[in-house]
Amino acid sequence: MDARRGPRRPPLALLIAAALAAAAASIPLVYLLVRSLEAGLPRIVETLGRGRVLEYAANSLGLAVATTLTALVLGTAVAVVLTRVRVPFPRLWLLVSSLPLAVPSFIAGYGWLVSVPGIQGFLPSWLLLSAVTVPYVTLPVAAALRGASGDLEGVARTLGRPPLRAFLVATWPQVRPAAIAGALLVALYSLSDFGLVALMRFPTLTWGINAAYSASFDRAQAAILALLLVVLALAVVAGERSARGRLARRPARAVAPRPVRRGVLLALLPVVAVAPIIGVAVPLLGLAQRLVQAETLRSIDGPRLLAAVAATLGVALAAALLAVLLALPIAALAARYRGRLVSAIESVGYLGHALPGIVVGLSLVFFSLAVVPALYQTTAVLVFAYAVLFMPKAIGTVRAGLGDVPASLVSVARTLGDSPLRAWMRVTVPLALPSVGVGALLVAIATMKELPATLLLRPTGVETLATELWNRTVAFEFGAAAPYAAVLVLVAAVPAMVLSGIRSTAKEEL
Amino acid sequence: MRTSRPLSLIALGAASALVLGGCAGGETTPAAPVDPADDAGSFTLYSGRDEALVQPLIDQFTDETGIEVEVRYGNTAELGALLLEEGEATPADVFLSQDAGALGALANADLFETLPDDIAGAVDAGFTSTDGSWVGVTGRARVVVFDGEKYTEDQLPDDIDDYTEEEWRGLVGVAPTNASFQSFVTAYRVLEGEDDAEEFLTELTANDPQIFDGNGAILTAVDEGVLDAGLINHYYWYQQAGEVGAENMRAQLKFLEAGDPGSIVNVTGAGLLSGAAENADALAFIEYLVSEAGQTYFVEETYEYPLVAGIDAPEGLPSLESLVNPELDLSDLDTLSDTQDLLARVGLI
Repeated sequence: MDARRGPRRPPLALLIAAALAAAAASIPLVYLLVRSLEAGLPRIVETLGRGRVLEYAANSLGLAVATTLTALVLGTAVAVVLTRVRVPFPRLWLLVSSLPLAVPSFIAGYGWLVSVPGIQGFLPSWLLLSAVTVPYVTLPVAAALRGASGDLEGVARTLGRPPLRAFLVATWPQVRPAAIAGALLVALYSLSDFGLVALMRFPTLTWGINAAYSASFDRAQAAILALLLVVLALAVVAGERSARGRLARRPARAVAPRPVRRGVLLALLPVVAVAPIIGVAVPLLGLAQRLVQAETLRSIDGPRLLAAVAATLGVALAAALLAVLLALPIAALAARYRGRLVSAIESVGYLGHALPGIVVGLSLVFFSLAVVPALYQTTAVLVFAYAVLFMPKAIGTVRAGLGDVPASLVSVARTLGDSPLRAWMRVTVPLALPSVGVGALLVAIATMKELPATLLLRPTGVETLATELWNRTVAFEFGAAAPYAAVLVLVAAVPAMVLSGIRSTAKEEL
Repeated sequence: MRTSRPLSLIALGAASALVLGGCAGGETTPAAPVDPADDAGSFTLYSGRDEALVQPLIDQFTDETGIEVEVRYGNTAELGALLLEEGEATPADVFLSQDAGALGALANADLFETLPDDIAGAVDAGFTSTDGSWVGVTGRARVVVFDGEKYTEDQLPDDIDDYTEEEWRGLVGVAPTNASFQSFVTAYRVLEGEDDAEEFLTELTANDPQIFDGNGAILTAVDEGVLDAGLINHYYWYQQAGEVGAENMRAQLKFLEAGDPGSIVNVTGAGLLSGAAENADALAFIEYLVSEAGQTYFVEETYEYPLVAGIDAPEGLPSLESLVNPELDLSDLDTLSDTQDLLARVGLI
């Protein structure tokens, strides 16, 4: 157990690589500081002192807390049902439960508004945001449960503990790191989301930031509000670190799903189905309804649709690769070492996730024009922006994956005469690979759905599915927009399906 | 330590690969900012108006002149922020904006080249910049949209101030973060003075208005019967009617009394970015926007008011003259930051 805590000081090369990755992630922060300081301290104090700012912050925080708790409880419950209970078509159910990932929050919100006009405020924002973020908890917890030992839980049950109590005592500690990592993503997603809260007319900080840009191009005020958002996000990351804890991992034997009575199965069904129904089925039905309403469904421009699909897939793939490469050193550092510097680097790595796309977009306009003007408005800068935005999705999962690799196994390989590199290749890589894959897929999905940074940074003339969709909804061509929405959800559903199918077989064989 | 050193090497390799990859990406992708001087017959347009409405006009322009247009679509606010961020380094030659406020903000930042007199003078004063920094292209009237199943047009007040009365408590939709709402508030400040504007907004806020994100959302809410009335621009209704058929519209429009700050006519417009001073192709496009062909296009396709004399307004709309407020100078609409401070003070944003 002591062995897996590892040495106290991280190797310099790893530290440097992680610091470089963190530096890339901190570009938006530097930009915000420059813009805020331009305004001067009195302006900062005055802006933060406005009554609405307090309300924005409280709304952002309240929504993030409510959404995170909901996703944490529901996601864990779904994962338990899908891994511990013998359900018919288990793969299909896992797939269905991961589908909300493929639905951009603005499409979910729009689809609901079409069906239930007039919904607004905290309640629908909370429910919808929870529905589309539940898979961030379900997927890692399900993976962890497959690798977790059920023996202890069985023991607890024989000792007379009720099922929930037995789960909390015996199994929860084993899946807690995965659940907390997922919950962190949910919290940061809630803080940075703009599309849904705008549609639901629930004024949060992202709303305030957007208002400042669209009102008077007041970059200083927007920057000050965005800095406040960063502070909230850092508080969330710090909270996650203290909640995550560290656990020795016991060699575990996966438990087979247990058969249950049909009645119990039917009672469990709503638990699994509620998020896909709220987050996927209802919004898509709403869009289909709009499709039928539109008097003339404009003929679909096939080549253009295909070009958008190709562009979307291309940038998503590149962004996933780059984000994982940037996340790797940070995750490796955070998985094995502790200390202030490590904490700081990891926290900075999470920054992008808490910032609205427009802030990251503008910061990279600023950065690329100042540092690499030749690359401005090229795919390179666009992909880099996605990596900065979505790196945290990879950091969390890769860190959890690396942290799960028992140091004792690596020691065994070394004792058997393997060089460090060979031991790493033979032990660490295969065991951590599924987590790296999960991180890459999460980044790819997020990239496909991203809009504001894409609008600012894409090469002129390049359209993704999200920008095409946006083009049509602003022109009130809801009929013409529907095919793009459908294709976007379909394309994003592919990695979501892959995600649901990733099994940590390596762990199960331990 | 032993397991981590190789990992760190890989990570470092990854980081360098990233840097190299970034450079390689730059070489394989043609750098976007094409210098117009090198490439005669083309220019770059930033369009704050959406593609479905503008691209056919651009195609028409290219067919007639042979000049290719690289267009970057976005919303006016985002492109305005982008242009301010890009400054002199912008690849854009022309900015086509959804409203006068954005053009004013860019003109204040000295990002526009002064337009030649024949273009700047094509549009009557009052609908264009006073200093030739940009030219107005189309007019859009502020209107009240109302639920046609609950009200008849004569039941709606003619004066914007009356919408803060008790009978409208909780029933009126506004979009305080939207540029056109803010232009309206700016117009109120300019026309009636700061104190009256603050009083109006205070009363409006106290009357529990429904807050929306944009004009489209207000129109949709009224059309679906969940909102009684709202403040929007006239053409949103016509666009929606074009999509679903005018006879299917539950929402109806009320034009307020001429001279009322609630009935101002704001404009869309275009400016030549300062780096494109010598670009004849870019200038030809701005000229085309205020030509008969360009103006007719907007009348027929977007239901906006033409600003050049001799072109008829869309059918069914009150004449532009009946809405015009002679006391309002649109170049005054650039004091948006004061408007925003006021909106923040009364608690609307």
